[in-house]
Amino acid sequence: MSFLPYAVAVWICLVGLYGVVTSRHLVHTIICLSVVQSSTYVLLLAVGYRKDSVAPVFIDIPRDTPAVDPVVQALTLTDVVVGGAVTALLLAIAVQIEKHLDTLDPDELDPLRD
Amino acid sequence: MNSILFATDLAELAPLTVAGPFLLAAVLAARLPVPFQRRHAELVAAAGALLVAVLCLLLLRETLDSDAPVVSQIGGWQPRGDGVVVGINFALDSLGATLALLAALLVGTSLVFAWRSFDAVGPTFHALILVFLGALTGFALTGDLFNMFVFFELMSVSAYALTAYRIERPESLQGALTFAITNSVGAVMILFGIALLYGRTGALNLAQVGEALAQQSSDELVVVSFALITAGFLVKAAIVPFHFWLADAYAVAPTPAAIVFTGVMSDLGIYAVARIYLTVFQAPLAPHVEGLRAVLVAFAVLTALVGAVMALGQDHLKRLLAFVTISQIGLALIGIGLLTPAGGAGATLLIPADGLLRAGLFVCLGAVLHRCGSVYQSRLHGRGRVLPRVFPILFVAGTLGLAALPPLGAFPGKAIIEEAAAEVGYGWTAAVFLLATALTAAALLRAGARVFLGWGPVAVARTDPREPPTEDSELTGSRGRVPTPMFVSAAVLIVAGLLVTAVPGAVDDAQRSAHLFADRNVYAAAVLGRPVPAPDPIHFVHIGDTAVVLGVVTVLATLVLSAILLERIRLPFRLPRSVMRAAEASFTRLRRQHSGQIGDYVAWATVGFALLGALFAAAT
Amino acid sequence: METAPARRPGELSFEARRRLFLVGAVGLAALLLSGLSGLPDYRDVTPLYGQVINGVAVEERSTTAVVTAVNFDYRGFDTLGEEFILFAAALVLVLLLRRLGEERRGRLDRLPRHRHTTSAAVRLTCVALVGPTVLLAIYITMHGHLTPGGGFQGGVIAATALLLVYLGSDYATMRRLRPMALVETAKAAGAGSFVLIGVAGLIVAGSFLENFLPLGTPGELVSAGTIPLLSLAVGIEVAGAFVLLLSEFLDQLLVIRRKRGGGA
Repeated sequence: MSFLPYAVAVWICLVGLYGVVTSRHLVHTIICLSVVQSSTYVLLLAVGYRKDSVAPVFIDIPRDTPAVDPVVQALTLTDVVVGGAVTALLLAIAVQIEKHLDTLDPDELDPLRD
Repeated sequence: MNSILFATDLAELAPLTVAGPFLLAAVLAARLPVPFQRRHAELVAAAGALLVAVLCLLLLRETLDSDAPVVSQIGGWQPRGDGVVVGINFALDSLGATLALLAALLVGTSLVFAWRSFDAVGPTFHALILVFLGALTGFALTGDLFNMFVFFELMSVSAYALTAYRIERPESLQGALTFAITNSVGAVMILFGIALLYGRTGALNLAQVGEALAQQSSDELVVVSFALITAGFLVKAAIVPFHFWLADAYAVAPTPAAIVFTGVMSDLGIYAVARIYLTVFQAPLAPHVEGLRAVLVAFAVLTALVGAVMALGQDHLKRLLAFVTISQIGLALIGIGLLTPAGGAGATLLIPADGLLRAGLFVCLGAVLHRCGSVYQSRLHGRGRVLPRVFPILFVAGTLGLAALPPLGAFPGKAIIEEAAAEVGYGWTAAVFLLATALTAAALLRAGARVFLGWGPVAVARTDPREPPTEDSELTGSRGRVPTPMFVSAAVLIVAGLLVTAVPGAVDDAQRSAHLFADRNVYAAAVLGRPVPAPDPIHFVHIGDTAVVLGVVTVLATLVLSAILLERIRLPFRLPRSVMRAAEASFTRLRRQHSGQIGDYVAWATVGFALLGALFAAAT
Repeated sequence: METAPARRPGELSFEARRRLFLVGAVGLAALLLSGLSGLPDYRDVTPLYGQVINGVAVEERSTTAVVTAVNFDYRGFDTLGEEFILFAAALVLVLLLRRLGEERRGRLDRLPRHRHTTSAAVRLTCVALVGPTVLLAIYITMHGHLTPGGGFQGGVIAATALLLVYLGSDYATMRRLRPMALVETAKAAGAGSFVLIGVAGLIVAGSFLENFLPLGTPGELVSAGTIPLLSLAVGIEVAGAFVLLLSEFLDQLLVIRRKRGGGA
């Protein structure tokens, strides 16, 4: 069990990638990408977790209480915002693509085929 | 005339190379009550680029004079006595400062290109390119792993945005989409690698992580995190098989953005690999350096050749130049992948020269697009004659610079990489350089001769009902003439690209910089506030006569090859039909993999991650 | 059932693409798992950096919520970058979703007003929640250095108030509550003030983003120097950016119609 969160992160990452690869709808593709990104949240938080520790907020507890890692939480917060911004941007692109090409199936888009 | 105050504070001003453009971007994006016109936006953006350029120039001078990286502690957090770094810092060395300066110059030129004429909607374009500039400099200068990731993402997001800028064109949207999805997947790999390193060392500062890893020998975790971080950055650098997105994105990005993409953004991907290997992984992986070198050079060679072959097969001129970019980044990765200071010095010389020249060629294509309404060679046959004579001249000069005509342009960098490669038994890469350079340069020359002179057979235009017969120019105003800013930016970029490495002393300076860049002990001591040890003595590599001969041969090969392609020279013999057919079939197969499909690209990237990891594991 | 899309000769078929990916995925899984097996048991240790910060943050920064101290002080520079990621995304969204020539704005008076598809109870609840939501957002933003929270969380909560207005009334009402010029300016002002506070640190204390204000006593509202100010700047920016994101997408859905009559 000591490995479980790490394995979960790997699973989320790969399952999301599978979704991106096989997706037949752009909105689905974009959500799958968010799934891939969220694997890193699990990983980062697992790296900073410690059993029998509290959240790193020392307002009503002694300052030497063992607490989990605050740094990974800050990194995750940053990561979440990054992921959200990318998702919003991609969804906006998808809206435009639908307007221009009347489809959201990534396999039917082909202005770039070589 | 360094006053004491100025001299001590210069390093602390370094974060302004990021904060300055950001602040100006915020000013542009605010809907101020004063009537804010286009020319104001242009002036504000130009002021931002100028500010960054001046700061970078000052920092570059400072770093060239210094025997150790110049450290700027952001937030005032000095490293603690126990060697723990709690803040984020900038560790400036001349390589980082050069790349930041290059970014500022390219953004400046792109603003000149866009001056008064680029079809910009409000101040959005200018705000975006300022954010992009801040991200590029931050990425080049930071000394913190996670901060590098943040700037990597910021650089990417603003680049996706700039790619999608011409939203009325579906191909722009699709290019931005493949760009964004592939690069986001790459970023996830980087973050996995960072999380592994953090879990092992409990640090994010490059120097501190490197110190912690130096205490131990390499194991799976170290190798895997190196593989993941490298793979992630190689997605940005568009190394085969992660390269598919680049051709799609650069071909559709508006010219002012493409200038910066091709000139510096791709190169930052391989710069990051070098930076992280040297500061973090150098000590634990030193025993395995030969295996790692073999893997990196193999990826680099594959990229150089695939890019070159694909470039030769392109009808769309911007796409052609995108594949030239891929091929040349591959060549620069040979220099970095050698994992020796001399190889790094070669890449240091190659990157700015190639970047400026490619950017200049993009501007020339912008001019063609503006005047002739197309970027397809087959449609442009001879129609480029309407452009002022100076454009064909610039185009050919730029191409010859890329073909490494001694002593200009790419030549010094290429020569140093070849010498460095020979020192570690990779002398055969000179053949790769010759082949890839001749193929890409011939592809460019053929395109130039077709478009500007009407040489060669008249190709049948691709008949595609969806394609408009003429493309809209990116510029407003009359199509009857080429605007002066366009001419100025092309000339500046190409002349600068030809001369930047030919200035006296550049070769030695680059080697000094690369040695300092590679010296992990000096870096760690400077960042962690310990006394800086004396640097290792530099072993200088010199450009020999062979290199000059090879350079001349490359240029001749380019000329002959383009003459054959243009049917100016007839081969005295004919290749057997079967050979021709087999070659054509495999080329088509290669070409069809560039399908524009996100699913294909991500599948290839996944295979690439696994392959790189497996090879690294086998090599260590 | 789905049909496989048309492929040109030489391109990967859908099935081949999937097989290619699965081969890569097995390799990638092995790679990731073998790397992760080098980490200690996730329950055992706090990484060094985190330990050190937990030990010193309250004292050094008068901040009882250590994550906030990391976000806005120790690693404030990361937050600057992250701010501008959001800033750039919002900028582009306005650009991407701007009305093209072929589109026209639906006339506001033709918009569905109170079609009463939502029940009175829902509408009443939503409207009643708007005030408390805004209040909560302000509280979360301003107490970020004391308790969990901060500018991001507060900003997002503030933006949801707009969504409540939409759910509880109708689009036209929501539009009136959302002066776009002001929202965009707020977003830019938030982002800009973050930089300006950083520059003030450079001028006053000598380093960019240095915390140059008196730190006060841990646990008090006015403490922690520049941290609450930076948090507020982020809160304003995030609120502006999210209002912009939500309303641009809603605009797409409800107002902008295509000429060919596709409707919303």
